[in-house]
Amino acid sequence: MDLTQLTAHELSDLLASREAGAVELVKAFFARIDQVEEDVKAFNIFTRDRALEQASKVDDKLARGEELGPLEGIPMAFKDNMCTKGVPTTCSSKILKSFVPPYSATVVEQLAQAGSIMLGKLNMDEFAMGSSTENSAFAKTCNPWDLERVPGGSSGGAVASVSADEVAFALGSDTGGSIRQPAAFCGVVGLKPTYGYVSRFGLIAFASSLDQIGPLTKDVTDCALVMNAIAGHDPKDSTSAPVDKPDFTKSLINDVKGLRIGIPREYFGAGIDPEVDKVIRQAITKLEELGAVVEECSMPHTEYAMPTYYLIAPAECSSNLARYDGVSYGYRAPESGDIVSMFKKSRAEGFGPEVKRRIMLGTYALSSGYYDAYYLKALKVRTLIKQDFDQAFEKFDILLSPTAPTPAFKFGEKSANPLAMYLSDICTVPVNLAGIPAISIPCGFAGGLPVGLHLMGKAFDEGTLLRVSYTFEQNTEFHKVKPSLGVK
Amino acid sequence: MLEDFEIVAGVEVHAELATKTKIFCGCTTEFGGEQNTHVCPVCLGLPGVLPVLNRQVVEYAIKTGLALNSEIAEFSKFDRKNYYYPDLPKNFQTSQYDLPICLGGHVEIEVDGVKKRIGITRVHMEEDAGKLVHSGATISTSDVSFVDYNRTGVPLLEIVSEPDLRSVDETVAYLEKLVQTLDYIEVSDCRMEQGSVRFDINVSLRPKGSDKLGIRTETKNLNSFGSVRRCMEYEIERQAEVLSEGGQVIQETRTWDEGRGITLSLRSKEEAHDYRYFPEPDLVPMVIEREWVERVRERLPELPDSRRERLLELGLSAYDAGVITSSKALAEFFDAALDKFKDPKTLANWVMGDFLGLLKAKGIPVQSSPVKPEGLAELLNLVENGTISGKIGKSVIGEMFESGKGAAEIVKEKGLVQISDTGALSGIIDKVVNSNPQSVTDFKAGKERAIGFLVGQVMKETKGQANPGLVNKLLKEKLETM
Amino acid sequence: MKISKEQVEHVAMLARLELTEEEKQTYTEQLNSILEYAAILDKLDTQDVPPTAHPLPLHNVFRDDVVKPSISQEEALTNAPDAEDGFFKVPKIV
Repeated sequence: MDLTQLTAHELSDLLASREAGAVELVKAFFARIDQVEEDVKAFNIFTRDRALEQASKVDDKLARGEELGPLEGIPMAFKDNMCTKGVPTTCSSKILKSFVPPYSATVVEQLAQAGSIMLGKLNMDEFAMGSSTENSAFAKTCNPWDLERVPGGSSGGAVASVSADEVAFALGSDTGGSIRQPAAFCGVVGLKPTYGYVSRFGLIAFASSLDQIGPLTKDVTDCALVMNAIAGHDPKDSTSAPVDKPDFTKSLINDVKGLRIGIPREYFGAGIDPEVDKVIRQAITKLEELGAVVEECSMPHTEYAMPTYYLIAPAECSSNLARYDGVSYGYRAPESGDIVSMFKKSRAEGFGPEVKRRIMLGTYALSSGYYDAYYLKALKVRTLIKQDFDQAFEKFDILLSPTAPTPAFKFGEKSANPLAMYLSDICTVPVNLAGIPAISIPCGFAGGLPVGLHLMGKAFDEGTLLRVSYTFEQNTEFHKVKPSLGVK
Repeated sequence: MLEDFEIVAGVEVHAELATKTKIFCGCTTEFGGEQNTHVCPVCLGLPGVLPVLNRQVVEYAIKTGLALNSEIAEFSKFDRKNYYYPDLPKNFQTSQYDLPICLGGHVEIEVDGVKKRIGITRVHMEEDAGKLVHSGATISTSDVSFVDYNRTGVPLLEIVSEPDLRSVDETVAYLEKLVQTLDYIEVSDCRMEQGSVRFDINVSLRPKGSDKLGIRTETKNLNSFGSVRRCMEYEIERQAEVLSEGGQVIQETRTWDEGRGITLSLRSKEEAHDYRYFPEPDLVPMVIEREWVERVRERLPELPDSRRERLLELGLSAYDAGVITSSKALAEFFDAALDKFKDPKTLANWVMGDFLGLLKAKGIPVQSSPVKPEGLAELLNLVENGTISGKIGKSVIGEMFESGKGAAEIVKEKGLVQISDTGALSGIIDKVVNSNPQSVTDFKAGKERAIGFLVGQVMKETKGQANPGLVNKLLKEKLETM
Repeated sequence: MKISKEQVEHVAMLARLELTEEEKQTYTEQLNSILEYAAILDKLDTQDVPPTAHPLPLHNVFRDDVVKPSISQEEALTNAPDAEDGFFKVPKIV
């Protein structure tokens, strides 16, 4: 039995039955990492010693006959934009290359509390800006299904690590699709929770009103378990929702009879790969067979979501990233003269081209004379997009679409044209604007590459998303197919 | 040249609030402290941190708005003001832009007996920046600077006046009144020497009779009424000179060089200001319930104007009432002393004379005076009931400041009780009259003033302990019989 | 063209980014194509639509005025590119 192929809940069962130990798990995952990481390049840094130390404490607990929590002793990793006290946190940017936070993100503390074991920090598009992880300043993470292709982004390292069995699960972040689009590209389960459900404290901000942390897992059950650990109100985050979190595993119900699923036709427009379209139609048929009531619908403002997103996100990012100036942390350009020139040089040398492009765009959208035309306009259209969802949810329990219009593309295929790259998030972006939850689950293959099914739910109704996902998963085998990686 | 112009001025006041913690994190706001020790990831603006608003800041802002007759907004929010400066860790200041917490309002001032109402445009909440220490004498002669973030995130209120001020005196009167009000409602320590209240002065000139506004300059970060006065006088003169020579004032930010007594341009081509304000996405808006406002209103203390009015009704002069109510601490000292000593005018004379004089000489604030209100009242009662003379009283209060002992205790210890015994005094009077025949002759010749000299001699003989009224009376009787 | 090279230079100054001539050229072109794409929003009449700055309709999130421990000076300075005597050190300001 290859331990690394198992899900977190399967591993937890093995620990509970003493069929495996925590140190054994950590060693098995590091052996797997040693085997495939050279190809996948998912990690920015490993925390091997720390992991082994923590694991042996879990083993002590097991030896004492104590019961473990559901994620206790389970190896995992964080996208490298979540602050980990004493462990470098870089956002895959030169500007934060040497940054070691003196504090941990709330999610990092929550998972430490749950006893999960961090194996390292995962590669990403610099500051989470990108859809292919090609914007990392450090390495190009490869898609485990085809090393010539991107894993998607920006949580490319996180999904690749889960897909390549380098970890049992990972945490990613999603501003416009950065959990779901790579999850679709690499055939894993990725949930973007409702805005405010998971604390953003310690998540290095890209666009504050859109960012949300979520789980990347091998199946829907793990997704619910991770949500149990990370959801909930955090007094350190003013935008955190003051709601009681449910037990998400209660939603793992294999039944969708009578559930109303809306299919917004705008999500199946031009640009959708015919094979992806076919796979999604088959998934719809499957859900119908299982008893769901499916109906096509219209979300008239969908076409405005991308330009709205590409004004709001860069505007917020231009301000959020102003702090990287070389004064008190991060990269400072050497010999840079006076302070203004130090600011300009440090930022010019520290940031990559996509980050600079968005800072420029956002600065422009907020600048005097353009604020109303661009930024304010975008905030207003955001209202209309939100209203589309409100109206759709009066009629439907969930909405369904492809996660991405195409399967994983090749390196360099879209990097020359920012707009073409942006369009790979066309199905995921509206969800962030509306602040609602959405999940991507494996639902088939197009040309041998995984395709993701995108389910969107009402705010704080992750339960229904999990239920539909679980039902689909229990009645299909797609999530069990593994990339052939490492079998050389 | 100056007489051709009318001055138009407005002021922005930044007051640090007297909260225990910073506006968005739990770090202490205590002044001083070793550099970079009152900091945490949040106020250092480290990657990933988020702000959480201190409720007390909002409450103090509401209190201030009520004291300044402002309207308290029902809906208010924070915005980011984006600009790069090394004392600003995030390179944006979290402030309020289009929906400040208080709108409108006014303050009454009085200059040369003329009352005037100065409009308040708005009051908003924001965070303070850190402190820069320069390697050289000034910022421009320094090769390197040092940053201390202890002050970063200390809550500030920015109080913006209308351009209603027409003279330096009006401006200073307005600022004094504003600071006095903040002191009364206890929202700020108002320690100007520590920079806890700072003033930005906007000044422009226009030809007399014109109702068009001239081009203004803004001089930032003044921290005493004296510098405001000197800076404005300089700036008015400078602008008048420019305008009289047919030139144009440049709209710009200037800085006051206290040492040289001049203002200097802070303009640089890098600083084309465009703050790119937008709603702070990490903070949620405020809905200020009216019940909250009413609760704050109910707890609002007596304000300077009403306190001053009360003292005038007690018969104090306008000047005396003004001085005594200039700070809340002094006004409260006066009220507490008046509780035990019932003559307001005499009390006012002592408070404003010896008491304040001694405090000033020792450089201690009223709050930490070694002489408490009850102590002063005890002393004044001893003077009033004739136990000691006023003159002795003045030396006793000095002794009270030195030793911290009570008045009665000092009088007893030093045997300072006034001699009011006719028998004891008669002997001394006889002696003085006998040894000063010339003064007796002068008095007899109608020089009334000669008696003053003789009284003085008696007081000298008794080391000031004789009851002066009684000495006067006995001397007159003695001289009449001669 | 929505944005000129001079505007790109001005924006770069506001954002404190030093750009090469080549970057100025590229960003001018790329920002223009993005802004042209964004112009589709002009089709919508948003006169009476309120803006959405926050996805969740929360308000009045406060904390109590209670002092929490700060971090040490050493911790504050651990990531500093340049520090001296407990201060962050920066080059000439003006």
